Amino acid sequence: MLPTLDPIIKRAMSPGSYFLGHLGRWLIIGPPLLFLLVFFLVPFGFALKISFAEAALRIPPFTEVWTITADHHLHLTPSLANFRYLFTDELYAVSYLYSLKTAFFSTILCLLIGYPMAYAMARASKGTQGILMLIIILPFWTSFLLRVYALENIIRDTGLLNTVLMWLGIIDHPLKLMRTTFAVYLGIVYSYLPFMILPLYATLEKMDLGLLEAASDLGSKPWRAFFDITLPLSLPGVIAGSMLVFIPAIGEYVIPALLGGPDNPMIGRVLWDEFFENHDWPVAAAVSIAFLLLLAAPMALHQYTRARDLES
Amino acid sequence: MEERRSPILFTFLCFGIAFLYIPMLVMIAYSFNASALVSVWGGFSVNWYVELVHNRQILSAAWLSLEIATIASTLALVLGTLAAIALVRFHHFRGRFLLTGMVNAPLVMPEIITGITQLLLFVSMLKLFGWPNRGITTIVISHVAFCSAYVAVTVQSRLASADRSLEEAAMDLGARPWRAFWDTTLPIISPALISSWLLSFTLSLDDLVISSFVSGPRSSTLPMVIYSKVKMGVSPDINALASLIICAMGVVVVTAGAFMRRAQRIRERDIQTAARSEGLVSTPIRYVR
Repeated sequence: MLPTLDPIIKRAMSPGSYFLGHLGRWLIIGPPLLFLLVFFLVPFGFALKISFAEAALRIPPFTEVWTITADHHLHLTPSLANFRYLFTDELYAVSYLYSLKTAFFSTILCLLIGYPMAYAMARASKGTQGILMLIIILPFWTSFLLRVYALENIIRDTGLLNTVLMWLGIIDHPLKLMRTTFAVYLGIVYSYLPFMILPLYATLEKMDLGLLEAASDLGSKPWRAFFDITLPLSLPGVIAGSMLVFIPAIGEYVIPALLGGPDNPMIGRVLWDEFFENHDWPVAAAVSIAFLLLLAAPMALHQYTRARDLES
Repeated sequence: MEERRSPILFTFLCFGIAFLYIPMLVMIAYSFNASALVSVWGGFSVNWYVELVHNRQILSAAWLSLEIATIASTLALVLGTLAAIALVRFHHFRGRFLLTGMVNAPLVMPEIITGITQLLLFVSMLKLFGWPNRGITTIVISHVAFCSAYVAVTVQSRLASADRSLEEAAMDLGARPWRAFWDTTLPIISPALISSWLLSFTLSLDDLVISSFVSGPRSSTLPMVIYSKVKMGVSPDINALASLIICAMGVVVVTAGAFMRRAQRIRERDIQTAARSEGLVSTPIRYVR
């Protein structure tokens, strides 16, 4: 075959090019692209615009950022007051840092609990693995809100934990667990643990056990083999699982609102209150935009690891 | 690998699983408690379930949520599958980068941000075009947006790993591309389609944060009603409701999983049978040679 024809033939043979005609392709690409553009991406544009407006007593409750006068002149009236407010009022910086801290330590806790669980799962027999997988996934398929609520039955002052501890005589008056930092951590770990286990299990399950045997044949101690071989090889799973816990945990609203107290000013709660209690939409929009900018780095990392995963 | 199975690790795994399940089991147990005081066991009773059936507010909210979840997950299935096909089958098109970002971003976007931004879009649209009024329509649109992302990602990975030789064979035999896809690849990816529909359904049924932002005055979904009741304290009828929902979801997911596994096994057996019959045909030929 002539070498010059090769790329043309390759292109004609490549999947997709013969799949459908031009119109057919756009009938497939168009609807999801357009829908997500209008209802997912464009909203951020509106949020950006409204973050420069000011709160006002009207419907919707904010001023115009621009107006077009009768003689077709664009009249801009942006206000930087909201962003200035974000930097002057301590609440926002404090709650953002607090959310980061909470998400970070919850991720570590999930990793410490989830890693041995995933490891044990990956070493089970094939039949057991399927069942264990179902057991771990099942809570994720039920309701998130109701599972958080279910925790309340356990840790209330009159809940199961306190009742049992008092009955055993370990304590003589109920421990205060609800509306504490402990409850928030418990809630996050309880809710997000499956997210950590699944990617960890996926990488540990694929691992070549021959490597560990070789290490032990060569006289390596089991813990040494773990740190030299297993842990580095499972690193993609560690990163994926950590991102799946860390990112949603920062913006978590339900858990701190139901289980947390005044000591847990997570950013999600602050945003919710700004919106539903203070009715200050422009400030809420500004907080969202600032929050999003700060989330950009972990999100990009997540996107990058996912893209690499799909390629392999 | 028997020697690698450490009893300590397995004990830990069992404790971990107990940690995941005990709160739910305790809640189910409490839902049958005759006493209204949740700390006292007053005997077995289905009283709270009976009370639930007579609670109009909860019933209408449940109905609304089921309606929204059905519509949203079906629309999300269509849009998400189209997005997945586009991303797997079409390598170069304008907007590919954008589409990739838009199907991945909702998975990690904090719900509260999605909720606020979508609400701001809806109120701005209402002012500009007089549509949409906040209510079922806006909730469905919001749910379709994040559910279609979940569908797209699930179907995308299944589609990328699907064997295309059957589809190519069908086209070699003269089937039109769309027809060949419909008859060969679609059955292969159907488990992913079913599970992503179910996932969308449960996500939509469970969503509190986004719905709270985009809902209107007379459209309180079930999670919103539950949340406002829970905020006021634990109530035994919510235990009953939560137990019902969790058990129903569990049964549906396990049944669907078993059903899909069976379908998968039948397909594998068919392929094996086909391969064996092919072997029968080819053996004599080899003898001739």
